[in-house]
Amino acid sequence: MLRAALLLAKKDLLSELKTKQVLATMIIFAGLVILVFSFAFDPANNTTRAVIPGVIWVIIVFAGILGLNRSFISEQRNDTMHGLLIAPMEASSIFLGKFLANFSMIMIVELVSLPFLFLLFDFHILGYFPYFLLVLVIGSFGFISIGTFLAALSANSKSSEMLLPLLLFPVTSPILIGAVQATRIILTNIEKLSSAMAWIQLIAAYDVIFFVLCFILIDYVLEV
Amino acid sequence: MNTNTARKQASLLKTEPVAEKGTLFPKILLGATAVTVLASIYMIFIFSEVEKTMGVVQKIFYFHVSSAWCAFLAFFVTFVCSILYLAKRKRIFDTYAYVSAEIGVVFTSIVLTTGPIWAKSSWNTWWAWEPRLTTTLILWFIYMAYIMIRQMDGVWDKKARLAAVFGILGFIDVPIVFFAIRWWQSKFHPIVFGNGPSQKGGGITHTMLLALLVSIAALTLLYSYLLQKGVNLENMRIKVSQYKEKLREDMEK
Amino acid sequence: MIEIKKLTKQADNKLILRGIDLSIKKGETVAILGPNGAGKSTLLKVLATLIKPSSGHVTINGYDLRKNQMKIKKMMGYLPHSSLLYDHYSPLENLVFFGNVYGIKNVEQKSIDLVREVGLSFFLHEPVKNFSRGMIQRIAIARAIIHEPPLLLLDEPHTGLDQGAINILNNVILSMKEKGTTTLMVTHDFKQATELCDRIIIIKNGKIVDDFRLEEKKLNLVSEKYQLQVEGVS
Repeated sequence: MLRAALLLAKKDLLSELKTKQVLATMIIFAGLVILVFSFAFDPANNTTRAVIPGVIWVIIVFAGILGLNRSFISEQRNDTMHGLLIAPMEASSIFLGKFLANFSMIMIVELVSLPFLFLLFDFHILGYFPYFLLVLVIGSFGFISIGTFLAALSANSKSSEMLLPLLLFPVTSPILIGAVQATRIILTNIEKLSSAMAWIQLIAAYDVIFFVLCFILIDYVLEV
Repeated sequence: MNTNTARKQASLLKTEPVAEKGTLFPKILLGATAVTVLASIYMIFIFSEVEKTMGVVQKIFYFHVSSAWCAFLAFFVTFVCSILYLAKRKRIFDTYAYVSAEIGVVFTSIVLTTGPIWAKSSWNTWWAWEPRLTTTLILWFIYMAYIMIRQMDGVWDKKARLAAVFGILGFIDVPIVFFAIRWWQSKFHPIVFGNGPSQKGGGITHTMLLALLVSIAALTLLYSYLLQKGVNLENMRIKVSQYKEKLREDMEK
Repeated sequence: MIEIKKLTKQADNKLILRGIDLSIKKGETVAILGPNGAGKSTLLKVLATLIKPSSGHVTINGYDLRKNQMKIKKMMGYLPHSSLLYDHYSPLENLVFFGNVYGIKNVEQKSIDLVREVGLSFFLHEPVKNFSRGMIQRIAIARAIIHEPPLLLLDEPHTGLDQGAINILNNVILSMKEKGTTTLMVTHDFKQATELCDRIIIIKNGKIVDDFRLEEKKLNLVSEKYQLQVEGVS
């Protein structure tokens, strides 16, 4: 199962490497979000530091949704989704493959855009950097896993681009709350590390519950 | 629900030979609903005492709480019926899940409108980002999304399957949302039952509790009546489209 | 090879297949004819595990279609209307990907051979999106047979092809037939059907109305029977 998933993820990433469509869009979009935020919140102002943790997750969520939207829609051209469905691979490997591809893409986007954000807003990380990475990884993990699942679901609709955010945002609200809180504590107020750890545990629990749930339910979503 | 249209539907049901065996039950349900709703209105406005600090506005609390309870009940029914649908693939479970979700959204809307009215008079703010209120708001969004899935184009069993999956996912999400928001900030909501440690005037007297229980019973009955009615309507709609299809086929022959 | 009993498929309230009983032996090449909307493609999709039947029983090579999907998927090649190819990938990359998915050894060499067989080795590294319909169809058939399936399901494979492409396609099908492949082909092209197939099934309104063997390659026989069933009755 893992082999098929890796093949699929490799296929998606290679095709992304060829066209550079989605990734470029996501990164440029992330840059635009930063720009818009610099208009909305004065970068010279000291209080702006308070909104940075929120901005980080707004970037991840909105850039992520762009990639998620394409993830299953791109399989509709020439009905290649049918090609995967008639191939001897489980629905869960299709989910896992798509998840891996989406997850690596969002990681690349974060890797490129977040340093820019810190640079442009002249933000110095006060906290402990590895914890920040941990929050980024598990927060994106949960967001992308449930996002991949719901993208598969909404791909059945003709207006899936509009449907996906409506499905995704309410369901992922615990992750967004937890990730923003944990990021804020880690970046600005490292003394309260224990409560950040509590948030991280909440996100981790959410990740596990929904990853397992997606694995079980994806069979019903990809059934034709 | 308007009794006139209810009667019309009842007479419609009579002409439909298949549905005749079930006509007694909804009538009893309707009667019970009417009696308990009247009783609860009496209990709320005449029987129970006026709350000391908030005054008459507090009366909205009875419908607020019992609507919230009904909304949760409705979404729980959707959750159970979604699982049953995926397991058994019978259309009736899908119909129940759909109708229940719709009614649940209506009750959630009631909670979301009565909540701010109450909040304005007791906390002096229309909206507070408080766990229960925020969870209800997210709940409303989740089940609006559920209804959006139902509006998708395509054959019914595809829509039923996807909606069932989302119904399960959404319901499991609710407690997590609640805990997340509770951790996030918890300042406002009075702890009504038991001894509220800090909130004065948050307690509840016996007459109030009785009134609350009666109004919960009333709205639960109303919910089951609406559910039954909605499922009936949906079934009739399905039957009509089946007859249409049959007619079309006969014409083709 | 294929046993179908009382197969029905209902979408919304419309019955698309109304009780198909069919038995196909190993190595047979069967053409399915019928007017538009008769349920031919649906039947093929059910066999390809893309559509769940509403009722009835299907076994392929002794495996139940509901229970042993994995085994059936492994031994089936399916060519629908659409090509199932990734647009910005070259033929080689497409075939290598699908070959890997099916777990084929020596996949690169095999893909190159297949592309040569369908006569496109010159375009091995060109992205598929620049190809014409005929070229895409040839790569699509190569994709369908990359794992040498013992069962081949073709949905109107000849539509939109020129004579040269048709010849290449027929050669591929015939060489698969020699290897003992069972082929089911939905088609509107009587000429190709008579040329390739040794059994004809006519479907109308979701039911099999005629089923006969083709001893000699007589085109007239096919069109006569078709006209009798499809146009004569109504």
